[in-house]
Amino acid sequence: MEIFQYEFMRNAIIAAVLVNIACGIVGTYVVIKKLVFISGGISHAAFGGIGLGYFLGISNPIITAIPFSLVSAITIGLISKRSKLSEDAAIGIIWAAGMATGIIFINLTPGYAPDLFSYLFGNILTIPVSDLYIMLILDSIIIVIVVLFFKEFYAVSFDEEFSTVVGIPNRFIYLTLLCMVALSVVILIRIVGIILVIALLTIPSSICRQFTYNMKKLIISSIIVGIILTIAGLWISYLLNLASGATIIILLAIIFFLSFFAKKIISSFRRSWKKDSGAM
Amino acid sequence: MKNDIVVDLKNIYFYYGEIPVLEDVSFSIKRNDFMAIIGPNGGGKTTLLKIMLGLLRPDSGTVRVFGKGAEDGRKSIGYLPQNIFFDLSFPINVFDMVIMGRYRGPIKKYSENDEKSVLNALETVGMLEYKNRHISMLSAGQLQRILIARAIAREPELLLLDEPMASVDPETQKSIYELFLELNKKMAVVFVTHDIGAISVYIDSVLCLNRKLFYHGPKEGSLGKLEEAYSCPVEILAHGIPHRVLGRHKK
Repeated sequence: MEIFQYEFMRNAIIAAVLVNIACGIVGTYVVIKKLVFISGGISHAAFGGIGLGYFLGISNPIITAIPFSLVSAITIGLISKRSKLSEDAAIGIIWAAGMATGIIFINLTPGYAPDLFSYLFGNILTIPVSDLYIMLILDSIIIVIVVLFFKEFYAVSFDEEFSTVVGIPNRFIYLTLLCMVALSVVILIRIVGIILVIALLTIPSSICRQFTYNMKKLIISSIIVGIILTIAGLWISYLLNLASGATIIILLAIIFFLSFFAKKIISSFRRSWKKDSGAM
Repeated sequence: MKNDIVVDLKNIYFYYGEIPVLEDVSFSIKRNDFMAIIGPNGGGKTTLLKIMLGLLRPDSGTVRVFGKGAEDGRKSIGYLPQNIFFDLSFPINVFDMVIMGRYRGPIKKYSENDEKSVLNALETVGMLEYKNRHISMLSAGQLQRILIARAIAREPELLLLDEPMASVDPETQKSIYELFLELNKKMAVVFVTHDIGAISVYIDSVLCLNRKLFYHGPKEGSLGKLEEAYSCPVEILAHGIPHRVLGRHKK
């Protein structure tokens, strides 16, 4: 296929693989622990970091987005667990305050902010090689953490109170989980942009969880589904000359709804098959 | 003699905001106790359990669990919560849920020994054949038995059970009481209930709680204090209690 001859296409495909490794792992926890809205808050707050990068004149604002989203993740986590403020109020405040900070920083930066739009809406086709290295490093960090603390993440995601009783440092694990969300968000910003981060983080795992109850299978299948759909979306956007980030997400959403109906059909087919074969 | 005490609470006060939940509660649990904590709704039973587990900190008073602070001591406690906050659609089957009770520390994988304890616990509650079943495909009573299995899989020295008979049918209730009696040979068993009828012939001591500690001692002496704790005649609350509580003394 001709599209693979271009270097930017090769980079885009490598990025699709790297980004979906993070999304498949972290997105699975986001979905099963219902952290979707928190992830939305962290991703929008990351815009403050992008703005800070512009203001400081850093060539790659992703670098400043990393500490910024980590801090906002921890802040959301601490506020929601410690104070009487409800979790969704805490998320809303950090969400808006982060974005506002970004806007102020960009205001303060003299001159025009180039490719600001690519941070909001993403562009998988313009990913520089340096970003691929950042993605690779962040992926490695996420994989190491999850392999080391798989039991803890699993238990805390399932039942926080019981985890505490058996001696798991519940709050520490929860904050680590939010930090992994923050790292994934940073990886994702280049691909689909701040506004659409939640989609790539949640849709592959939401598709897969309909078909398996096994956590490890769920993570691995989410990674594979994510990679396939991201590359397919990229290819469709190339054919139809559409924005890549938005096309990928529309494709994910369509596949999610199709899988939802497919699951219903499969279940009813299984039920009637059981009846016919007389198995009770 | 001192080693026999597994939990020791002294002058515990606990407030939710300004509302007193526990006032000056002192008692201890001994190694061989088979104790029921009874009292009306809002009497502070669950709060008391959570204080022993270190999930809540008392506003004043001291908590010693196995001679340590609650947060260290609770590692030897098997706990059955009253309310479950987990999501039944969570990707987890019965076996994986029960093995969480075997957690001992980071990095270490669950061993063969852990797996054996889980299978034993499932067999004890009669749920072994369901070990690969997803938790959403269990009835409320079956789920309750899985939660009991998760608590006993830990092989604890103290079992704290918050309303263990909730959503369990009478037939199973009997077998679960007998199971607790069996477990009581190896560990202290303490359970919370608001159902006075649950003081069966099995238990040997009762703790009546309604904000204050009204009675703690052998079940035979508890009847008069019950009325005080519930602040209304006990006969109305539970028929046939005198027969069941005082009827026979099983040894």
